[in-house]
Amino acid sequence: MSKPLLHVDDLRVGFATEEGWVQAVDGVSLELAAGEVLAIVGESGSGKSVTAQTIMGLIRSRNASIEGSVRFRDRELIGGGEAALQRTRGAEIAMVFQDPMTSLNPVYRVGSQIVEAIRAHGSEVSTGEARRRAAELLDSVGIPDAGRRVGDYPHELSGGMRQRAMIAMALALEPDVLIADEPTTALDVTIQAQILRLLERLNRERGLATILITHDLGVVADVADRVLVMYAGKVVEEGTLEQIFYDPQHPYTWGLLGSLTRIDRPRPRRLPQIPGAPPSLLDLPGGCSFRPRCPHEFDRCPRLPGLEGRLAEAPDHLDRCWLAPEEKRECRQVEGRIGLQEQA
Amino acid sequence: MGRFLVRRLLGMVAVLFAVSVLAFLIFNVIPSSDPAQRMAGRNATPQLVAAITAEWGFDDAPPQQYLTMMGNILSGDVVSYANRENVDDRIVEGIPATFSLCAGAAVLWLAFGILFGYLSAVRAGGWLDKTLTVVAVTGISIPVFWLAALLLNYLAYQTGLFPSGGYIGLTEEPLEWAYHLLLPWVTLAVLQIGFYSRVLRSNMLDAMDEDYVRTARAKGLSERRVMTRHVLRNSLVPIVTLFGLDIGVLLGGAILIEAIFNLNGIGQYAFESLKGLDLPPIMAIVLFGAFFVVLFNALADVAYAFLDPRVKLESGAR
Amino acid sequence: MDEGSQPSAAGTAQGGAGPWSVALRRLRRNRLALASLALFGLIVLLSLVAPLWAVHVAHTGPNTTHTLAKVVVNGEKREVVDPTGKPTGPLWLGAGGRFLLGADGSLGRDEMVRLMYGGRASLFIGLIAALLTTSMGAVLGLLAGYFRGWPDTLISRTLDVIWAFPVLLLAIALGLVLAVGGLQIGPVTIPSGSIWIPIMVISVVFVTYTARPLRGEVLSLREKEFVEAAVAQGAGSVRVMFRELLPNLWSTIIVFFTINVANSMLLESALSFLGVGVQPPDASWGTMIASGSNLIKSAPLLTILPGAMILLTVLSLNVLGDALRDALDPRSKLRLEVHAGLAEPEGTPV
Repeated sequence: MSKPLLHVDDLRVGFATEEGWVQAVDGVSLELAAGEVLAIVGESGSGKSVTAQTIMGLIRSRNASIEGSVRFRDRELIGGGEAALQRTRGAEIAMVFQDPMTSLNPVYRVGSQIVEAIRAHGSEVSTGEARRRAAELLDSVGIPDAGRRVGDYPHELSGGMRQRAMIAMALALEPDVLIADEPTTALDVTIQAQILRLLERLNRERGLATILITHDLGVVADVADRVLVMYAGKVVEEGTLEQIFYDPQHPYTWGLLGSLTRIDRPRPRRLPQIPGAPPSLLDLPGGCSFRPRCPHEFDRCPRLPGLEGRLAEAPDHLDRCWLAPEEKRECRQVEGRIGLQEQA
Repeated sequence: MGRFLVRRLLGMVAVLFAVSVLAFLIFNVIPSSDPAQRMAGRNATPQLVAAITAEWGFDDAPPQQYLTMMGNILSGDVVSYANRENVDDRIVEGIPATFSLCAGAAVLWLAFGILFGYLSAVRAGGWLDKTLTVVAVTGISIPVFWLAALLLNYLAYQTGLFPSGGYIGLTEEPLEWAYHLLLPWVTLAVLQIGFYSRVLRSNMLDAMDEDYVRTARAKGLSERRVMTRHVLRNSLVPIVTLFGLDIGVLLGGAILIEAIFNLNGIGQYAFESLKGLDLPPIMAIVLFGAFFVVLFNALADVAYAFLDPRVKLESGAR
Repeated sequence: MDEGSQPSAAGTAQGGAGPWSVALRRLRRNRLALASLALFGLIVLLSLVAPLWAVHVAHTGPNTTHTLAKVVVNGEKREVVDPTGKPTGPLWLGAGGRFLLGADGSLGRDEMVRLMYGGRASLFIGLIAALLTTSMGAVLGLLAGYFRGWPDTLISRTLDVIWAFPVLLLAIALGLVLAVGGLQIGPVTIPSGSIWIPIMVISVVFVTYTARPLRGEVLSLREKEFVEAAVAQGAGSVRVMFRELLPNLWSTIIVFFTINVANSMLLESALSFLGVGVQPPDASWGTMIASGSNLIKSAPLLTILPGAMILLTVLSLNVLGDALRDALDPRSKLRLEVHAGLAEPEGTPV
């Protein structure tokens, strides 16, 4: 098997806030192979964004503590120095963010911001050449009339086009990895689909390895190769798309899947939801963090389960739940579908 | 753009009119200070007072007096009650001093204000930031006239390092011009540097939290480029509008500094006229000052729209 | 992001940590703010005990002249004002506290007593004027911002006119006119030497600088959903203004108040220095600088002391105002976390 492009090992990121210590990322490991699409799914406070931003070295506040390893092409990024990180950003790993309206500088034209990206690493590209390339990029992400759009300001573009422009900017230096942090959350549902199709096309046509971060499992279905489910700073389940969707092992994942409405199934009487609210990271229960919201809690749960492969037939499908595989398959059945509900 | 200009111009005229009426009203509330009496001097006879009253129209109804005076001011023909010299001429004479004071101080306070604010923000929390903040807060807390008096005493009178006041024209002697203005520039700039550096620091700290700064870093830009092209650039916009407003106010005359340093500018003229309750110069200077305030307010709005493409020029007041 | 002035939900989720207690906690931890508060308190205290000092220690009033008097210092007699008109320098405790800081000029008044009484005047004017400015500004801002339409036009245009009038000119003009003739509004007469004249002048001049920003805040607040909800529940205008909008403005109002006190004191000293504020022979730090500057070569202390007092007082107020602004700003807590990419304003998942 080829070496992974990106290897994150036991990443821990904590913050000393006014109210106490917050461990936002608590021992997260992941691997990204070339050309692969990895989805990271979780609610608010799960730590998915912090993980992504730490990979890029964008967590810079003085009250942060970062431990662990992030290796890109075998080069350690954590503690490697700001200069090394700058070289990697944009050129090898690029990132697009959630809200394109606030993520683009409102006083500069879209074209100049892309040109800035192109010329960021001291390249000898002339301004004219860079402008041409910017227009090309906008065109390649499906923005019509790209030649004219290059001169527009961010507020003159629609939400979907802004996000496309952000993606174009991220692709300017032809990076190997694209991290997309909730790229569709701030957009209309119809536009969401377009953006996801764009990401899928980029991955397919260019072999662009992608990390897609989202809170919506439905978004992942068409695009991802592998899925990481995060909860309260930890990975609670990890596996291929099929494994996660057809044989999910963690109650939290059942909850996420169960709350998806599906057109191809009969409408449920009541839409199942995960009871309770995401935990405050200041006040986590000991052992398994999902305990307070899990209807299947039993006496082993106060001890933190390890992230392990518990299925003999799928050793690469990992989960963090003490229930035996047979018990899991029983518990997750709710009226003929996967969901999270009290045992009758 | 055209409509905006027209509406703003009309607004400006309306405001200036209201200001002039206000000034006139304030001074016509003075009881028992009969300008004719004062003009006539100590040994005035009633006939002299009556003659002056008739000549100057002091017995006309107030609205009539107002109209006459405004007519005179606008036609450049208005004469002071105190010494019968032409007010508009005297104002024009005072312009070089006042404008020199403002221009020089402005250069100083913009340069240092922006520099200190930038350094404070970039090294926020560090010793440099703390020191500069102390300097800035002290600067805005100092009574300007007290500072002027102390500087004048210690740096001019007692040590002779600087001239003790007066204004030398730029075209006559450029070096002397600057030399005489140095202390006034510093005095005026101290307060403004404090203010501007704090505003810039605050704006920059806010900007540093913005998402687009994060994007800029994610693109691989050097920290310096992120700070200058994104953080500073966006933070300077409110500074420009602030500057426009400040300059507008100062061009009407910096009364305290001009008086203490004896610069014979418009501010000093204003103060002398006020003390003498000399209405014509007061009216003219008030109009002069208000004109610049309103003009630069409009210019600041235009600049803001120019610097921030999200803002469209509107005709209403902010 | 547009957060308005609502406190962050994360704070209240902690149980009892409303925005005011959070602010208080932050203030308590800010040593510089506490030091400034202490300094300001000390200065206020000094002014409050002025009468006690005058009666029991200095045995003289602030305006009492001692041109021909002599004081006993360490056994020998010393003139308060020498034949050339030069006042004595600080006697410190040599005469039991009398003329602690010397005499204030050819009139031989006790400088320490005048400094303390001057503080009373300057602080009183500063505080009351700021109170008036802030209340008037808040009311006008609320009315203009909430009702819009013709009340807004009326208020805003009036404020524009006052604002266009060069500030110091306006203050001097008003001060001068009222100082000469006093003020008569209906049944209320304010004599020309009254301390209320500078108070009113200063408060009027500064209203627009408070009213305009508050109007802006009201304009943006009134679009928020909680206002819509209140109106839908049948709340009348007054109720909406005072029960819904005003609570969200308090933090801005408080910060403006401290800044207004600082600026009012500076303006008062400038006006008094020019002779159109507090009228002689009364003492205010501004008048003392004016009289002191005549003797600046021979007795610099007379100029330095009152100015230094103004500087210290205004400085402590400015530092306090800054600290208050930081403590009350809900965003600055979020700032710590947003900076770390941890939390984003409500509604967007991490």
